Amino acid sequence: MVGGVLTAERLVKRVESPEGPLTIVQDVSLDIARGESMAVVGPSGAGKSTLLALLAGLDLPTGGRVLLEGHDLTALDEDGRARLRAARVGFVFQAFHLIPALTALENVMLPLELASHSGARDAALDTLRRVGLADRTGHYPRQLSGGEQQRVALARAFVTRPAVLFADEPTGNLDSTTGARIGQLLFELNADSHTTLVLVTHDQELATRCRRVLRMDAGRIV
Amino acid sequence: MRSIRFALRMLGREWRSGELGVLLLALTIAVAALTGVGFLVSRISAAVAMRATQVLAADIRVESARPIADAVFVRAASMGLSRAHATGMLSVVFDGERSELADLYAVTAGYPLRGKVLVATHLFAQGTPASAVPPPGVVWADSRLLAALGGHVGSQLSIGAATLRVGRVLISRPDQGGTFTSLVPNLLMNAADLPRTQLIQPGSRVRYSALFSGDPRQVAAFETWLRTHLRPGEQVRDIADTSPQIGGAVSRADRFLSLASLVAVLLCAAAVAMSARRYVARHLDLVALLKTLGATRRFTLRLTTLELLAVAAIASLLGASIGYLAQAWLVYALRGVLTHGTLPAASLTPVAMGLLTAVALLAGFALPPLWRLSRTPAIRVLRRDIGPPPLSVLLAFGPSAGVIAALIAWVVLDVRLFLEFTAGLAAFLALLFAAGMLLVRAAARLRGHVGVAWRYGIANLGRRRIDSVVQIVAFGVGIMALLLLGIIRNDLDGAWRGSLPADLPNYFFINIPPQSRDAFIAYLRSHGARTSRMLPMIRGRLTAIDGRPVESMRFPGRRGEHFATREQNLSWASALGPDNRIVAGRWWAPSERGAPLVSIATEFERWLGLRLGDELTFDVAGDSLTVRVASVRKVKWDSFQPNFFIVFAPGLLEKETGTYLTSAYLTPDQARALAQLARTFPSVSIFDIDDLLNDVRAVMDKAVLAVQSVFVFTLLAGLTVLLAAVQSSRDERRYEGAMLRTLGASRATVLQGVLAEFAALGALAGLLAAAGASVAAWFLTTRVLDLHYAFSPGACAIGFAGGIVLVAVSGWLATRSVVNQPPLGALRRGPG
Repeated sequence: MVGGVLTAERLVKRVESPEGPLTIVQDVSLDIARGESMAVVGPSGAGKSTLLALLAGLDLPTGGRVLLEGHDLTALDEDGRARLRAARVGFVFQAFHLIPALTALENVMLPLELASHSGARDAALDTLRRVGLADRTGHYPRQLSGGEQQRVALARAFVTRPAVLFADEPTGNLDSTTGARIGQLLFELNADSHTTLVLVTHDQELATRCRRVLRMDAGRIV
Repeated sequence: MRSIRFALRMLGREWRSGELGVLLLALTIAVAALTGVGFLVSRISAAVAMRATQVLAADIRVESARPIADAVFVRAASMGLSRAHATGMLSVVFDGERSELADLYAVTAGYPLRGKVLVATHLFAQGTPASAVPPPGVVWADSRLLAALGGHVGSQLSIGAATLRVGRVLISRPDQGGTFTSLVPNLLMNAADLPRTQLIQPGSRVRYSALFSGDPRQVAAFETWLRTHLRPGEQVRDIADTSPQIGGAVSRADRFLSLASLVAVLLCAAAVAMSARRYVARHLDLVALLKTLGATRRFTLRLTTLELLAVAAIASLLGASIGYLAQAWLVYALRGVLTHGTLPAASLTPVAMGLLTAVALLAGFALPPLWRLSRTPAIRVLRRDIGPPPLSVLLAFGPSAGVIAALIAWVVLDVRLFLEFTAGLAAFLALLFAAGMLLVRAAARLRGHVGVAWRYGIANLGRRRIDSVVQIVAFGVGIMALLLLGIIRNDLDGAWRGSLPADLPNYFFINIPPQSRDAFIAYLRSHGARTSRMLPMIRGRLTAIDGRPVESMRFPGRRGEHFATREQNLSWASALGPDNRIVAGRWWAPSERGAPLVSIATEFERWLGLRLGDELTFDVAGDSLTVRVASVRKVKWDSFQPNFFIVFAPGLLEKETGTYLTSAYLTPDQARALAQLARTFPSVSIFDIDDLLNDVRAVMDKAVLAVQSVFVFTLLAGLTVLLAAVQSSRDERRYEGAMLRTLGASRATVLQGVLAEFAALGALAGLLAAAGASVAAWFLTTRVLDLHYAFSPGACAIGFAGGIVLVAVSGWLATRSVVNQPPLGALRRGPG
């Protein structure tokens, strides 16, 4: 089973709640090949976002392990996982998560600057051009529409040429037309960059564009 | 390097977007308040010290019964200090057939190095400053001496073997002493005439003084050198040796100003803490996102710390400049208040202190929250309800408590006062926190009984319980500081102005024979003078304490030695003067007439290390008298009423031949009658203390100015705390306001809700602050400033009402824009 770019082995996530221990992810194993795209779908509270957080190393599982390009995330400390993310992982979020104090260009430059890349500015400008925002580089997030903000977020995610891109409801905050355009852009960029895509979504249309669809309910793959 | 570059870039970007405005404002006002107070204190202290040194006629002087060694003058010359000699002795002066004992004071050119010699052409007239010392062949004699001799300007006086002409009437010289150290009239002459008088013979009692002045640092260095090179019998006198009247006013002003700066510092701390809280709240998402994008924890910690340090540096520079300009303006605006001279230029030390304090405050109050911020988990990008784990109590409060304790210790410089102050502060904060918890809970019960706006407001208080309590504490500390300063400023102002009314006694009369007592008073009153109480006085010497001869005892400090061995002025009284307060033991009852009891002043108690019940033996006119210390009195020397360090019970000293002492206020016109009085009652010694009074008034003018200005600065610091406290929850309110409006609430309802919440917060904080300020004012007035405390219900009412209005208005101002914005933007940004 090991050999894909992203592998999960018998993942379990349990948390303490006022009503006692609560299992959010239950015995999930999966293997995703390089360049593959996978959608995780399911009702609210099924554990989709938690699984995404575990796969991306944003959170640690209670049991099992995650291998990202062969690195065991559970064996790395917080800073080790951060370094791995800086080099190999990109993110797109439902709430965009752009930094309000930074312009569109600066937001896209940010991951490159964190990884001490030279030529951050040129790379960021180039990526913004690819998402159709060449004339919006100096705008702050509050000056951009929701669709534009998400395109900046896509540019930020792809500018580092990540091995894996995690997207959490990337169209969840957008109207259907804009959402469709963003979905289109996401898959184009993904194809161009040969990036592995892990997508959590309620958007059935978006999910069907992925090569694999993983359905979750009550923490399990069904 | 990467983090510095990145931090600076982030700083620039956040600055452009206005993210750091509030923090910068809070820190800037805080540093401005701090340095502004510092500048004023340093300038006023320098002015007060300058006035004080005038009493010495120098910055420092050496006194001895033998000529001062040349080495002392050589050393002073090498350090660039100004120098003068003064030689004093008692001698009988003749004008024809009439003679009088006089205190001769022979001085060299340059005397006095500080202060002015005042002279006139008529007896008991207002003096004008002399521009030089008397030329050789000329003396300046004081009014009492000339009145006793029947002389005037132009008279020829025989002094020893020389005959010298009276050139002017000596009204005062700065170092003549304001108390009754010298009962003998003064005569000032040129040192060049001294050999001609042939008065200095082997065995003569002569006082040699060497006077020095110059740059304060050089003077301090010279004093250090002096203390290690003194020969036996040589004494150094500096500012600490000035008269008790001025000393009292100066040390009170000094303590008040120090405390006021401390309050400003504590307010700064609260503002920094609140701002840091907001900074952390606003940066949780950023840190989580940076971590998601690959930043390490150390990187985020370094980033936020550097950013905050940069803000601190900018705020410090801005604040220090504003502080300097503000105090310069204040001094300029209040120049009419200053009756005596101008203030010396400010030193730059407060800038350094301001910067140091700002960094210390940031380290104590902002670093722990930043440390916590760096622990924000990356998962927050997906789950906004997850924040950083809480810090341990030690880590959360240890550094801030440490910094506060260090700052208090730095300002207070007294172990007992430090312990009392810090314990009081800790207790107050704990109490405020506990009371805040209780009040928030109690307020929650009101929910069901009020309208929708109030219900929303009060519900918010209860929901954000810890936040509400923190805000109540912050508001409470701010309001309390303002109230406290208001209360004690009034007390101080009132006490100082009240203690020095314009008709304060300005003449003292000593050696009034018992048989002339009534005639003397009648004479004064017939000339319109306002007289004060008349007390008996007799000279005596302390010979033994608890049976041990004083010669064989050692006393703490030079003052103790001096006090134990000098001739004392003793008095007796059946009633305690209104300017005296018993601090230990009790005053005697009428039935204890004749009992061997004595009451001593606190100074006497301290300098001689005495205790209640000690047996003191005095030699009074050859009789030995042993009495027990029955009480210790705190004497208000600045009342300028006759007072004594040592007061006996009545019925002990009456049989001895004593004299009487009184004081009176005379206008310059009435004072002309003094020449005749001196002739009618030749044995009475007259002391003109007008000049001393003017000195004390000048000190007080400056102190009052300082108090008022410090109040303005502290007020600003307090308002900053309120602003910071309001700002700390602004984002959350913005989101809630938008939510409510989306649900159909009108702007008015949302505003009323916000107002209700802030008014409730303000009322709770105001209530606690009024109680806290009353207790703290009691402590400060009675324990630190030695004043009488009167509970001020008005101040409490102002605290309560002011709390509501101040907090509600500042809350309304801060959130008004929030409600005016379309809800969509706020909802998009989310609650953080």
